[in-house]
Amino acid sequence: MILNPSILALLLSSLLLTLLVGHAFLTGVRIADKWDITSGSELQLDLERSTYLVSTIMNMALVVQLLSLFLFIFTADSLHTRLSGAMCAAGSLAANAYGYPVLVLKIANFLLCGIWLVINHVDSRAYDYPLIGPKYLLLRVIAPLILMEAALQLLYFMSLRSRALTTCCGSQFDSGSGPITSVIVSLPPAFALSLFYACMAAVLASGIIFLAARRGALVFGILSAAALPVGIVSLVAFISPYYYELPTHHCPFCIMQGEYGHIGYPLYLALLGGGVAGISCGVLASFRGAESLRSAVPAVQKRLAAVAVALYAAFVLLVSWQLAFSSLRMVGG
Amino acid sequence: MTPGIARYRNILDFTLRAMLRRRGKNLLVLTLFTLVIAVFASILLFTRSLRHEAGLVLKEAPEIVVQRMVAGRHDLISAEHVARIASLPGVRGVAPRLWGYYFDPSANATFTLVVPPDGGIGEGKARIGVGVGRSRKLFRGNTLVMRGYDGREHALEIEALIPEESELVSSDLVIVSERDFRSLFSFPSGRATDLAVTVANPREVGTVAGKIAELLPDTRTVTRDDIIATYQALFDWRSGVMGLIFASALISFALFAWDRATGLSAEERRETGILKAIGWETADILLMKFSEGAVIALISFLGGCILAWLHLHFFWGSLFGAFLKGWSTLYPYFRLAPVIDPYNLAVLFMLTVPPYIAAILIPSWRAASMDPDTVMREQ
Repeated sequence: MILNPSILALLLSSLLLTLLVGHAFLTGVRIADKWDITSGSELQLDLERSTYLVSTIMNMALVVQLLSLFLFIFTADSLHTRLSGAMCAAGSLAANAYGYPVLVLKIANFLLCGIWLVINHVDSRAYDYPLIGPKYLLLRVIAPLILMEAALQLLYFMSLRSRALTTCCGSQFDSGSGPITSVIVSLPPAFALSLFYACMAAVLASGIIFLAARRGALVFGILSAAALPVGIVSLVAFISPYYYELPTHHCPFCIMQGEYGHIGYPLYLALLGGGVAGISCGVLASFRGAESLRSAVPAVQKRLAAVAVALYAAFVLLVSWQLAFSSLRMVGG
Repeated sequence: MTPGIARYRNILDFTLRAMLRRRGKNLLVLTLFTLVIAVFASILLFTRSLRHEAGLVLKEAPEIVVQRMVAGRHDLISAEHVARIASLPGVRGVAPRLWGYYFDPSANATFTLVVPPDGGIGEGKARIGVGVGRSRKLFRGNTLVMRGYDGREHALEIEALIPEESELVSSDLVIVSERDFRSLFSFPSGRATDLAVTVANPREVGTVAGKIAELLPDTRTVTRDDIIATYQALFDWRSGVMGLIFASALISFALFAWDRATGLSAEERRETGILKAIGWETADILLMKFSEGAVIALISFLGGCILAWLHLHFFWGSLFGAFLKGWSTLYPYFRLAPVIDPYNLAVLFMLTVPPYIAAILIPSWRAASMDPDTVMREQ
């Protein structure tokens, strides 16, 4: 096992989070079982108070998840000197079977925590807690995932061996590598480019239509959810090479390094933030029926859609800027 | 200003005033948290500075060092090997290096004696690192006397002090001419301490090292990448162990903060009761409690970082530098330039702030969800 303060910080924070979310999970189970809004019993009052605890814990979970996602990538990046063959985070993550699953879980948990908090926010706007059912159902999904993330992260760091042989991002994000990455990397640039712009245009258009006409929130949510993987695939397929100005270098982690002005951070933040806001906007569409939420849902949806459109637009602008001014040309002359 | 921000501003305003009213209690938590953060910040800062120094040093290191081994121990290498290695394809140059350690009883420190590869220093002269100068109270023009392996005393005139670009490496250095070196240590002629190999293409370092090991089975090759990785592993591991040791301090502090947040005074309970009675919601009180935590965390974080910086800059990390540096007593003391980077700050934040927030989370919720009438009835 490799031991250093950043690994310690990651393990400690995920341990804390697991304990707290575990507590929230148990409270949530109690709430879901015993909830009776019409009752004025001591138990019901107690449960209503407990909802504040659960939402406070989830607030903290969201912040810690976001920080630990970036700290995890950064730590993996700084570990590459300790592993033979690794040149950035890609190699460190591939050093054993747990690296990439942890990363995927970190992203998924961040998204789920964000969606949970949006639902919670809407729920607290109504007098009769209409979303208590779906909210605690979602919590039952999130809690095991956070536990799984903590366990896999521990396994990942425990089974890292100094000087272990791994691959560098140059060979990992290469057409001869694993089935998924090789498909992504060997996508024809013109096709990847048009897929990216078509998807982003659809998201932005549906968002603007929703903002103007208050219709199609579900479509917007689904498109936002689709834009997230499309964005990541595009980052690997052509956006990163444009930043490196090297058509063969597809690594999605190196763009976070100082040599490229840490441009990866705003890109990923815009993509993740847009994803959370857009998906939540779509999720809220299914809660419109509740009587007590008649005014709250549209107001929150409007704000979410505006945030999602702004972040996705920022992402597209950042990418387009680089495409226009990079000295690399992968499409046309 | 939007109503949301105005609301938060008012709550923050109230929080700060309430905290000032309970100065004693908050000051205690603040001081302890600052100290805990200062310890972790010192460890991180110290390690970062050591890595920085090691990086500076190793930038100039040869790509491959060839050492002769006898029964698993490092031995002197014959100069005849130079030509054999130089004939390998890909090798740009091979230079025999002369260096060694000299224990100086009067300074109670070990000096590193080095002969520059290009000559460049006259016989009977020496250039010394600032650490050597400090420990023996020597200046330019003075004489450095060393006892040779033949029992005689060797006097060297100090030509200059080595400018301190990187004190970690130059601090204990004594640069002498080849002849002085050989006579001081009774060093056999035709032998060198080791060989420094430079390689034309940096990508071929591994291959060339492998070929040398094959050609000269009684030697071992150490590449620069190996050294960098080892240093990093060493510093990382040491700071990790230190972090683990001080984790107990962190946990004790979290328990203390938990206890403090749980044991509300009668006055605090009354205050919460009155606030609720005049229309504050549970969420507002929770926000107030967390603002309190955030204020304490922020001030302690900044204070801890500043303390750590002072510790390193003015006291050379004297509290636990010996453990992190490793050479302890036999090393001339040296100063490190503190290097602060955002990555370290993020690690420090993740290491110290979430435990504190987690500790006050449940007590804060308990305090915020008290019923006003229960509290009032207690009076």
